[in-house]
Amino acid sequence: MSTDLDIKVHHLTRVEGHGNIVVNMKQGVLEKARLEIVEAPRYFEAMLKGRSFHEAAIITSRICGICSLGHQITSLKATEQALGLEVSEQTVLLRKLLIHGATLQSNVLHAYFLAAPDFLGVGSVFPLVGSHPEIVKRALRMKRLANDIGDVVSGRAVHPITPVPGGFTRIPTEKELLEIRRRLIEDMVPDYLATVDTLQALAEAIPDFTRETEYISLRSDHDYALYDGDICSTDAGRVDTADYLGMTNEFIVPHSTSKHCKVSRSSYMVGALARWNNNHDKLCDTALNAAGALGLEPNCHNPYMNTIAQVVEAGHCAMDSVAIIDRLLDDGLKNERPNQEPTRYGTGIGATEVPRGVLYHEYTYDRQGRVAAANCIIPTGQNLANIDDDMKALVPEIIDRSKQDITLMLEMLVRAYDPCISCSVHMLDVQFKE
Amino acid sequence: MAKPRVGIFDFTGCEGCELNQLNFEDQLLDILGHVDIVEWREAMDGQVDELDIAFVEGSLSTPECITRIHEIRRKSKVLVALGACAVQGGVNAMKNTRPIEEVREEVYGDQKYLFPTLPALPLSAVVKVDFAVRGCPMTQIEFLKVFTSLVMGKAPIEPDSAVCVECKLKENECVVDKGMICLGPITRMGCGARCPTFGQYCNGCRGLVSAPNIEGMQEILVEKGLAMDEAWKRLQLYNANQLEGVQR
Ligand code: SF4
Ligand code: SF4
Ligand SMILES: [Fe+2]
Ligand code: NI
Repeated sequence: MSTDLDIKVHHLTRVEGHGNIVVNMKQGVLEKARLEIVEAPRYFEAMLKGRSFHEAAIITSRICGICSLGHQITSLKATEQALGLEVSEQTVLLRKLLIHGATLQSNVLHAYFLAAPDFLGVGSVFPLVGSHPEIVKRALRMKRLANDIGDVVSGRAVHPITPVPGGFTRIPTEKELLEIRRRLIEDMVPDYLATVDTLQALAEAIPDFTRETEYISLRSDHDYALYDGDICSTDAGRVDTADYLGMTNEFIVPHSTSKHCKVSRSSYMVGALARWNNNHDKLCDTALNAAGALGLEPNCHNPYMNTIAQVVEAGHCAMDSVAIIDRLLDDGLKNERPNQEPTRYGTGIGATEVPRGVLYHEYTYDRQGRVAAANCIIPTGQNLANIDDDMKALVPEIIDRSKQDITLMLEMLVRAYDPCISCSVHMLDVQFKE
Repeated sequence: MAKPRVGIFDFTGCEGCELNQLNFEDQLLDILGHVDIVEWREAMDGQVDELDIAFVEGSLSTPECITRIHEIRRKSKVLVALGACAVQGGVNAMKNTRPIEEVREEVYGDQKYLFPTLPALPLSAVVKVDFAVRGCPMTQIEFLKVFTSLVMGKAPIEPDSAVCVECKLKENECVVDKGMICLGPITRMGCGARCPTFGQYCNGCRGLVSAPNIEGMQEILVEKGLAMDEAWKRLQLYNANQLEGVQR
């Protein structure tokens, strides 16, 4: 048995942003097992300070292109609460539709392009173009439709245009929504079922490793919480979003340009697996059937299953999109203008489930409607301590294997979290000094 | 003819431009048929020594970025800047308008020397950039044009008229007439006036035309009710580096 181990994966591939995996064992004692975040910080706080409420979401959406819709919606919710801007039911429904589209696109991208190559033992999705063309074409078709929801409803899937404080600058037409609905039923449903079949055949490649941790997500009594809800923790129960700081507790660690978080234990997990553990009772049958086929059970403590949980909820996003479109059309589309007359200037908090977990934005506005203070807590940042803890538990369990095997297991672990490193370093909490 | 060997790289940005390349679902398989993508950290494993075309996203904002962009330039025949961050410095450059010490302290407090940082620079401030695809995120139709030209061995043509021109061509209702502000008059076209087409004002993401009337633009913004310093901030959103030293 080897008792010395030295692993350094510089700039891990197939994740968004720059991170290194560092594992160090000397004479059987684990000295280091961690994910180092080396992405350059972008100092968003400095960019936001003093900017108009009209620009806050435009700027924070640029924290991360992959998560741009999530940042934008969360930012808008925080701004609206701070300024006392009411939004219509149609606005909420359109935003929910956008979140479904973005979650669907992100989860599909991750499962097919970033995680699947590991299950098939190749370095990227490109060899699959030759070896598994049908699968690649299916993935692209699903991604295209998910992105089209964003393009049609928000003007652009990456860095959406139409969502603004108080509503939308353009309302999609009935014809556009009906076309999306048709494609969801005719294309997405069969493609989704085929995806579940494909993954079922590959599921053996998912490592069997469990470590129980605290799982935190939003939870709502009305639906599978993505747009809104209370904070829900497997350790601490339900907590109002106003107390989000106590449910994150950010701190700086020297090996990461992104802060770490903890609540009841040394770490906690957010993302699709946490949502599954907390909210599986709110999923539609299509998603629950997929979970059954893929062996995802309630109270799952295997972080590698996060990819499966993403695929499961993608089914829910697809079906619920159809339901939302039906509601919008039944109610009749109204050509509303955004409500942009502030009724107060104060502090507001937005909390949304984005693909990688719960995202928080908080802003305080001065009397000119300019940002006086801002804080964002990003899902990947919240998961970093948990990834480190997983590595520390995993390495001793697999220490008998070859270094190459161990490295692959660690890379797959990090990828399972679908970390968005671009996102995690771009915003740290700050109170601007006057 | 051998297929061009292509690499895709990222610096300080949001990776939205790169993501936009994975979003050509309808053309992706076609694109892959015309080039060999040999290096792309976000989507594949491995590194190579020589490239025909490098597509580079993001601005340069750490000492490590400067070293790495030199390496990429050295091994690439053609270098294309992708998106506002790479072409102009992008939103990152807003931090350049304030003293860097202050900015670092605000974010990291007394741990400010933990992570080295520089003002956010466009690629062209450090190496030669051959072509640009503008926008935030990079404009997809422009990317396809530049890409097709390069694969056919031609030099792409860069547009230099204002977004307003495209907006008129589309017969959009001018958002300024609807009571909004708009940076269309000084912003370089090529996006099909995307934002006004969706009812939103142009915030200047594609950068300035080569001879922008900044003074006239400021007057319009002030006429629309913005205070002078507010008007200037709106102009700086994507153009802080280009407006450095310009008279207010
Ligand atoms: S130009 Fe915009 S989309 Fe592209 S990397 Fe920069 S911030 Fe992201
Ligand atoms: S309209 Fe303006 S802000 Fe919108 S994409 Fe075009 S250049 Fe960028
Ligand atoms: Fe933070
Ligand atoms: Ni992100």
